[in-house]
Amino acid sequence: MANYPIELPPVAVFVLGHKMSEIILQLNNISVVYSDVIQVLKGVSLSVEKGHIVSILGSNGAGKTTTLKAISGLLKPENGEVTDGEIIYDGKNIQNSSPEYITRQGIIQVLEGRQPFKYLTIEENLRVGTATRSGKPYKQDLDLVYHYFPVLVSRRKALAGYCSGGELQMLVIGRALMAHPQLLMLDEPSLGLAPLVVKEIFRIIKMINEEHGTTIVLVEQNAAMALQVAHYGYVMENGKIVMEGMSKDLMNNPDVKEFYLGMAASGIAKSYKDVKSYRRRKRWL
Amino acid sequence: MDFFLQLLVNGVCVGLLYGISAMGFVMIFKSSSVLNFAHGELLALGAFFFLALITWAKLPILVAFILTLIGCFMLGFLIERFFLRPLIGEKLIFVIMLTVGLAAMFKGLILLIWGGNLYTYPSFLNESMALNMGAIYIAPVYTATLIISMIFLIIFGLFFKKSAQGIYMRSVADNQKAALSLGVHVRRVFALSWAIAALVASMSGIVLGIMNGVNVHDLSSIGLKVFPVVILGGLDSIGGAIVGGIIIGLLETFTGGYLSPSLRDVVPYIVLVFILLIKPYGLFGLVEIERV
Repeated sequence: MANYPIELPPVAVFVLGHKMSEIILQLNNISVVYSDVIQVLKGVSLSVEKGHIVSILGSNGAGKTTTLKAISGLLKPENGEVTDGEIIYDGKNIQNSSPEYITRQGIIQVLEGRQPFKYLTIEENLRVGTATRSGKPYKQDLDLVYHYFPVLVSRRKALAGYCSGGELQMLVIGRALMAHPQLLMLDEPSLGLAPLVVKEIFRIIKMINEEHGTTIVLVEQNAAMALQVAHYGYVMENGKIVMEGMSKDLMNNPDVKEFYLGMAASGIAKSYKDVKSYRRRKRWL
Repeated sequence: MDFFLQLLVNGVCVGLLYGISAMGFVMIFKSSSVLNFAHGELLALGAFFFLALITWAKLPILVAFILTLIGCFMLGFLIERFFLRPLIGEKLIFVIMLTVGLAAMFKGLILLIWGGNLYTYPSFLNESMALNMGAIYIAPVYTATLIISMIFLIIFGLFFKKSAQGIYMRSVADNQKAALSLGVHVRRVFALSWAIAALVASMSGIVLGIMNGVNVHDLSSIGLKVFPVVILGGLDSIGGAIVGGIIIGLLETFTGGYLSPSLRDVVPYIVLVFILLIKPYGLFGLVEIERV
């Protein structure tokens, strides 16, 4: 894989070198209820600093995806609703706004499980990414996406339905980039991919963050990988945030090591069976 | 041989007409997976609207034609806004039942105003549009059909392949959730597809009216003829609708010409069954892409 020289544009340097942090997204104690009865989020608060990569970790059903959907406004089609708390993005209150509005504010969510447009070609898929600013020229953005994901160039005329999982993950991230997101939310980009492909994708995520200063929220099961690229991390369980901290602190935290990195306190890998039984005895709440 | 050629030409022309009638139907299905049972009534509405404009308002033909297209385009928007939008997110079967209701409503409306009589447009197509090639004679209305359907086919082909709006429409048909996550105005896409469908329907309604006269029962029954056409061509393929239309048109005229006129409505369906046995998605329908 060719390595592109990483040159930091002035914006990124400014953000990284800036001491005072600017909060771009703030969730204050939000609750989400599906179908009026099923409470999934029970008071989640988190804040995302501009220009950072923030990862949200947690096991299945912890409420990670729901948190993202609450932000992007995609709860409505699934009969979900933010019943309590507030979501503030860039000074604006956006909870329960329509996805059309939220995407036009610069928040783009990349859905879990890739979700390509199967019957559109790769290039047409990318063009749909321009929906938030339709009518504007998009050639430059295409070039940018192809610069990040050179694999897609040779497949540009192929129907997305016939592409491999890795290509599709790159496609959907590229498709989101076409929208010029300020805040990019990725829901499990490593799902079902080979370790090498995962590594490549995380390298590119990091690159996007550094070159464009795009703020990224990363939901992951692959905690080791996510904490490597993220600045800050949250751990969710049962619809609540149970732990948060700088990535390197989380990585050294014995509980995170135990549950998400599969290591015992001594640092050696532990068998999955032991992790599970240990888990039954100790809850984080 | 001349008889054969004449049938061939007639079949292609009738078929093209079926094809463009089906085009609007395919548009709606493509963008929202809704089977529009009110399609025949939309055809009829277009034909009667045109009739009203040229006989009552006495407008010049071209102005009346353009006004009809614009009016039906708006009508499509209104239908979506007032009847279909409240049903977004409901089960598809409710939406389909609603179109059955719309069909009854439109038909009732036309019957109320015009009754079930047969009307004819004053003839306005110039005889010079007719094509005479040896023994084969193509009537002006067929020539007009040929030209109009070619124009529409090219416009729609380009629209769906090249224009941003067309690609958004296809994306909504493909994966609504993903389209929503990228900020595609899904409701606007639905509205636009209804508007375009109504426009195309009205256009084919007018052409049918020129050919066979304007009668609400005849025109609305074309809405049913659309089904074999689109199933044959593939429910989601615009080009398929045209090819399907031509095949059905040819089958009809050949059966009528060589076998018996009373069989002409039956044979196409028999052939349809056999084609579907071989190609269950129709000739040009998208085969479900499955990842294994």
